[in-house]
Amino acid sequence: MEYEVIVVGGGHAGCEAALATAKKNHKTLLVTGRIENIATMPCNPSIGGSAKGIVVREIDALGGMMGKVADKSLLQIKMLNYAKGPAVRALRCQADKITYPKEMLKVLKNQENLDIKEAIVEDLIIDNNTVNGVILENGKKINSKIVILTTGTYLKSDILIGDTRTREGPHGEKPSNHLSDNLKKYGFKIIRLKTGTPQRIAKDSIDFSKTKIEEGDKVYHTFSFDDNPVYKIEEQIPCHLIYTTPLTHQIILENLNKSSMYGGLDDITGIGPRYCPSIEDKIVRFKDKEKHQLFLEPESLYYDDIYLQGFSTSMPRDVQEKMVHSLPGLENAIINKYAYAIEYDAIYPTQLKRSLETKIIENLFTAGQINGTSGYEEAACQGLIAGINAALKLENKEPLILKRNEAYTGVLIDDLVTKGVRDPYRLLTSRAEYRLLLRHDNADLRLREYGYQVGLIDDEKYQRLLIKKEKINNLINKLKKIKITPLQNDLLIELGSTPIKDGYALYDLLKRPEITYQKLIDKKIIDFEESEEIIEQVELNIKYEGYINKALKEANKLINLENKIIPDDIDYNKITNLASEAKQKLSEIRPTSIGQAIRISGVNPADIAILTVYLKKEYNK
Amino acid sequence: MNDTIVAISTALGVGAISIIRVSGNDAVRIVNKITKNKKLNNALSHTIHYDFIVDEDKIIDEVLISVMLAPKTFTKEDVVEINCHGGIATTNKVLELLLTNGCRLAEPGEFTKRAFLNGRIDLIEAEGVMDLINSKTEASRGLAINQISGKTSNLIKDLRQQIVEILANIEVNIDYPEYEDITVVTNQMLNDRLIDIEKRIKEILNKSENGKIVKEGINVALIGRPNVGKSSLLNCLLETDKAIVTDIAGTTRDCVEGTISIDGIILNIIDTAGIRETNDVVESIGVNKSIDLINKTDLVILLLNNNEKLIAEDIELLNKIKDKNYLIVINKTDLKQNIDISNLNQDKIVYISALNNSGIDNLKNKIKEIFNFDQIITSDLTYLTNARSISLLKNALKSINDIKIGLKNNLPIDMLEIDLKNVWEQLGSIIGETYEEELIDQLFSQFCVGK
Repeated sequence: MEYEVIVVGGGHAGCEAALATAKKNHKTLLVTGRIENIATMPCNPSIGGSAKGIVVREIDALGGMMGKVADKSLLQIKMLNYAKGPAVRALRCQADKITYPKEMLKVLKNQENLDIKEAIVEDLIIDNNTVNGVILENGKKINSKIVILTTGTYLKSDILIGDTRTREGPHGEKPSNHLSDNLKKYGFKIIRLKTGTPQRIAKDSIDFSKTKIEEGDKVYHTFSFDDNPVYKIEEQIPCHLIYTTPLTHQIILENLNKSSMYGGLDDITGIGPRYCPSIEDKIVRFKDKEKHQLFLEPESLYYDDIYLQGFSTSMPRDVQEKMVHSLPGLENAIINKYAYAIEYDAIYPTQLKRSLETKIIENLFTAGQINGTSGYEEAACQGLIAGINAALKLENKEPLILKRNEAYTGVLIDDLVTKGVRDPYRLLTSRAEYRLLLRHDNADLRLREYGYQVGLIDDEKYQRLLIKKEKINNLINKLKKIKITPLQNDLLIELGSTPIKDGYALYDLLKRPEITYQKLIDKKIIDFEESEEIIEQVELNIKYEGYINKALKEANKLINLENKIIPDDIDYNKITNLASEAKQKLSEIRPTSIGQAIRISGVNPADIAILTVYLKKEYNK
Repeated sequence: MNDTIVAISTALGVGAISIIRVSGNDAVRIVNKITKNKKLNNALSHTIHYDFIVDEDKIIDEVLISVMLAPKTFTKEDVVEINCHGGIATTNKVLELLLTNGCRLAEPGEFTKRAFLNGRIDLIEAEGVMDLINSKTEASRGLAINQISGKTSNLIKDLRQQIVEILANIEVNIDYPEYEDITVVTNQMLNDRLIDIEKRIKEILNKSENGKIVKEGINVALIGRPNVGKSSLLNCLLETDKAIVTDIAGTTRDCVEGTISIDGIILNIIDTAGIRETNDVVESIGVNKSIDLINKTDLVILLLNNNEKLIAEDIELLNKIKDKNYLIVINKTDLKQNIDISNLNQDKIVYISALNNSGIDNLKNKIKEIFNFDQIITSDLTYLTNARSISLLKNALKSINDIKIGLKNNLPIDMLEIDLKNVWEQLGSIIGETYEEELIDQLFSQFCVGK
């Protein structure tokens, strides 16, 4: 056997998966349709965003590459939601669409144990419900112990523009025509999803004087915990903001029936994402809204396309011309690439285990858009987890399963395998119950330990983490010990705070809303040095202690339920008292713990009670 | 699974004493919190304590409390049992206090389930436990929701809608911060909205129809022309049931003629003396007075004379009550039937003879039917649900208070939202709405965002 792992697809999921297995010394082959399209960004030129930015930090904490490559390719970067509170802060950058894939390809090529091959995979080698490799378009077979499918939108993908349907991928490449049919043959339930992307406009043809400028932050940021910034604040590239006009709306309404989705094509079955409506959807659904916001985002320093965020459509090309020309500053715009919708096949994700291995075929893992998600970050974190778990499986070790209170990545995977998807799944902060624990700033504290244990984080980085943890504890202890006295009441009054009668620990003082660590430094009440990173952690933990403790308490309940394991071999049909809907759902999803079972819709508390009693009776758990 | 659970373990309204059972790690601590003497925390196992249950300073009931520490208890957990003496209303109040102080209402069969899981019950009995859970659940499924009147439930739905709109707005601000044309929810705005939400929760708390029935009883007005037998009927009712003196606030006590109890539910019979006295003067005055009464009551009983034809005044009274919850009682069945009932709603008619004391049970059964006594009585869960709803509403108010404190301390919106979400979830639990994708659906239907 030449390879231990074959990864099919070179998108964001595929790259992370292949790097993870190869780094863990498993001979890996990455098969992709076209090497030059590895790690490209076929849709928006940005990485991160609310929740997604936190996922990029999680990937970095676990030893993945997305954050590090994004740091090298960013055109501008912002910290979102700074004022809205620590739990929801997240980084978002505009990433150069040429630099990002180039840098990622460099990483892949420099990775030992990793080969890259250009080919289309059309089938799998399956023996005894176990995968043993892949079969290429030309019939050639390549063997491996593990296969990870990260095929993105390339399963039977159709590009839809107006009344035309063309079988091709986002960059005009060949899709895989038979792989999804073959998966169906092996017993997988396949669903059809849809997404879309807006026009790319020639930069020179835009009159930017009619737009509002949107700049990057004036302080430095990096996604990675290990990098120093490589960009210059003053050299960041701005985005621009415009609004649709009454004429835009009129053109769209007059031509509505020409849109693929509104009658241009009558064979649309894919379900599009709720959160990515096309511009015609927006205008039909929000009739009263006079104008819609659009962003002009630079795609790259090396070519002149501007991404018209918010204007995704499946109108025919001539209507798109009129629509674009109705926008302020774009009266004479040249469209370099028309907007399109894309339909593709995906696997219904409840057919996966939480390790991302499929339940039907052993040693077959899937990650990314094939699992019904949307977004580069969502894909990358799944790729990383699939890669890690593929390697752990080869090593006969337990899989890495992140809990909902540990990572957005855990929330995402648990949602997919427990609830399935209705439309392409995007991470939102509201999907996380314990988002106060899943912060941007503490991703390393949450997850680096796991990264180290699975072998993707080296000793040096791990030592740095341990030192950071120690420093945090030391500072907290120090603040609890050091007290101010009523002699310093003048300073407190200057800070607008109530005077004290007895000695008062700095720790407690910091709980007062008007007191900040910085103010205590300014007033020389704190006279010892500490790095900003440590101060941020400590201050946050003090200020929000009550809320954090509440979240921890809730999370503990979850952990208890997650620790109640349901054995693999359980036969739900034998539990006579279970409601039939519960029986069916439990048999389909096969939760691994009581905690997971509770989250299945259609399984009610009485069913859980009966299940617990049954487990005790049959397994004496 | 490790939380402390509570339920009323005796059938309500039957015996003079009701027992509330609490089981779990915090059983002693929670019960101690609501006692006057607060001496239970160090109590020895298997001891009984005389004490009072208090709501802050107010005494609710005089009780005996048994403390039984793990493992020698039914569930093998710490178990506390409270013997309440004060009838349905107070038992219910004690339960509510326990729920507000950190207990969770036991699921059907949960005590038995715990007994089994903790090894107190034999393995052979496992099937029985599962059957028990199954049957009890079947009986009570949906009850929690049916229990709440459509009106209350709609009020809660409206309120939740109002809250979910704010939540969706906060979420869209967080998930789509780049959209400048979307209103940003500020602390000030949240503060303003909160005032209204708080006011409305308090109103619901007061209005909760079922809570009122259990706590205050059903207000019944007896109306009818003179000499149809109102006082005789009242006497019949009072004679057969021991009159209860109630000191519960909020009833229209000023004109309560008598209070009776049917299967433990209190009926306050409203005095109609006013009508009698003024009747001789002008007929319309009598009618006006009774209209006033009609509007204050939960049930109107119109008494008619079997022996006489309907006259204009009867018809007028009938018209006035047609949109209310009413019963027509035709008295004097011992006499010849001269009344023409063809234009009356047959479902609403009960025949009695106050003179012979016959038909009174039929009347009581009819009242039970109207107010769904079956559900209230046969399943103690009904009361529980009610206490549960009230405790959920109170917890929602607590969360609102937390937001207010947060606002005062100028906490960021993502912290405040945690408590607002709690309010929304607690209200959802009352009416059984906990659809997970609700917030996300709202977000995308309320706001226009995306590529």
